[in-house]
Amino acid sequence: MKHGILLTLCLILASCGNDAAGPRNTGVYMLLDTSGTYNQELIKAEQIIRFTLSRLDASDSFAVARIDTGSFSEKDIIAKTSFDDRPSAINRQKREFAQQVSAFVETATPAQYTDITGGLLQAVEFLNEKGTGTKTILIFSDLKEDLEEGYLRDIDVPLEGFDVIALNVTKLRSDNIDPREYLSRLEEWQGRVEKTGGQWRVINDLDGLEGLL
Amino acid sequence: MNFMLGITPWPVASALLWITLITAALYLIRNTAHRSIQAAARGLHRSFRIASKAVSRSETNLAARNRDVLLAAGREAKERIIEREFDRINETVRKDLANYSALHRSLSESIGRIEKDHQEAVDVPPDPPGWVKAVEAVADMDAKDGRAHIGSILSDIHKSLIKAHKEAMTAYHAASAKRHKLLRHMRPDWRRIQQTLGAVGKSVDSLLSRSVTIDRHMQEYEEIVRGQDRAMSVLSSSSLVNFFVSAFVLCIAIGGATINFSLIARPMAEMVGGTSLIGNFRTADIAALVIILVEISMGLFLMESLRITRLFPVIGALPDKTRVRMIYITFTILFLLASVEAGLAYMREVLLHDELATSALLRGDVGATATGEYMWITTAAQMGMGFILPFALVFVAIPLETFVHSLRTVVGLIAISVLRVISLLLRLLANLSLYLGTLLKQLYDLPLFVPLWIEEKMSVGAATGRDQQAKGARL
Repeated sequence: MKHGILLTLCLILASCGNDAAGPRNTGVYMLLDTSGTYNQELIKAEQIIRFTLSRLDASDSFAVARIDTGSFSEKDIIAKTSFDDRPSAINRQKREFAQQVSAFVETATPAQYTDITGGLLQAVEFLNEKGTGTKTILIFSDLKEDLEEGYLRDIDVPLEGFDVIALNVTKLRSDNIDPREYLSRLEEWQGRVEKTGGQWRVINDLDGLEGLL
Repeated sequence: MNFMLGITPWPVASALLWITLITAALYLIRNTAHRSIQAAARGLHRSFRIASKAVSRSETNLAARNRDVLLAAGREAKERIIEREFDRINETVRKDLANYSALHRSLSESIGRIEKDHQEAVDVPPDPPGWVKAVEAVADMDAKDGRAHIGSILSDIHKSLIKAHKEAMTAYHAASAKRHKLLRHMRPDWRRIQQTLGAVGKSVDSLLSRSVTIDRHMQEYEEIVRGQDRAMSVLSSSSLVNFFVSAFVLCIAIGGATINFSLIARPMAEMVGGTSLIGNFRTADIAALVIILVEISMGLFLMESLRITRLFPVIGALPDKTRVRMIYITFTILFLLASVEAGLAYMREVLLHDELATSALLRGDVGATATGEYMWITTAAQMGMGFILPFALVFVAIPLETFVHSLRTVVGLIAISVLRVISLLLRLLANLSLYLGTLLKQLYDLPLFVPLWIEEKMSVGAATGRDQQAKGARL
């Protein structure tokens, strides 16, 4: 009888577990554009990465990858981590992550081409694999895709349940001449993201990052 | 509506016709309607009265029960106080009476010594002087024979006298010194006797004051047993005071427990993980809460084992040996938990520093990572609090017991007040329903004022006719 009551209590507690509600952790994948002159903006990217690190907590996942000629590759991931359960380990992981990013920023070389779609696909694959509750992709780029000949990227990226945030979308010289180019570029990316079920946002003011995550 | 106004070609005439018909119908059923209204009103009145009486009876029963509970609690408390007073008296008597034979012996010995010394210190009568014999010799001497030697004899006598005086003085001084010495020896004995008697006096005074206290408590106990109103009011007011005071102390204890919780909740994530959840609550928080609750439970058991509180009669009824074992076990567990808490508090401080350093690094503010020189003070304070708070929470058992006991009385008093108010409301409703019946009857008659007026006129006319007929008959 007593064992029965104990078992029932255990079952009740187990049923109260968080599995029914689904995972509550956050997954963030940040794409860094390293093409041409945008490579100089990486200092700002480092600040954003540090801010993001300060916002993440136990069991969250974070990865930073570069956008280069062919970004649909694990080799482009600069740093990645899934935070531990224990606060002390989380702090250590954050410090190591920040050091890896700093090292990359110091030694980064400009890429010839800009494969944003490949990076997005890689981000979706990474975050789906981690199975986090919230999935956010940060694109630190001017959103000007420049593919090498032979690379096929006219495919729909499955972004259902993803938040895609474009950061520091700088205006190119040509945008200044014809602002419609800039606006149409933004619209095009918004359309691509929302077409496959994703949420699109643009944050250009890096002083107002509070609403980022 | 159109149908109603369409029974004649003229709507006004239709309306008037309807009014007349309705008034006539209402007038015809007036008596029946009045009786129905009255019956309904009386029925409601009776029902509310019965309900009010039932509630009053419940209130009386509850008051009696509350009185019994209060008297029982008061009796128990008084018994406990009297028992403790007797225990104290027993302790005093045991201590003093156990030493009484030794005390008596010590006093007797001291008195014996004093007596002996006193006897020895009695003034010794001086020996008869040596020159008495010489005087007797001179007195016996023939006047003629001795005349020539008188001068020398007197001179010898004088010498003897001086010598004897000196010897007597020396002896007297020696005897006086001896007596003084003996008297000096007596002094510590006197002091000892004085001290002993003083201690005895204190014990007796303590016994007397305790007996006065017991008398007072016994008088109050008798009043409680007799169930006197004065005792009831005293118990009731003291119960209310106990309730509020214990509630206040419990609130303070809850504050302490909250601080304790905040001390250990964060580092607990290092042990059980920071993300696992039970229901909607973090496992780390629940673990911290469980530790605090276990500490409070251990405190309760410790207080029960020490017989300070009596929440669990089973523990109080345990054999002394088992109870003492239980004291040691609960204290050991409490000590271990307090040590764990101190460790967790230290861990919290370490984690906090680590987190601050990481935040500073992420902000790019490397200078801020330097640890302050006096940070050890906060660390030590947190560890101290982590260790002390569990022991402080042990004493929650005392206000908790008072709160539980007084809660019964307070809940009883509140229930009595609520029942009294309900009874009053029901009585009011009963009277209201009665007056409502009368009002409804009046309201019913309001549209019938025309036929009623006619009826009144007719009845007056009929009465006048009957009077006239009666007068005519008499004439």
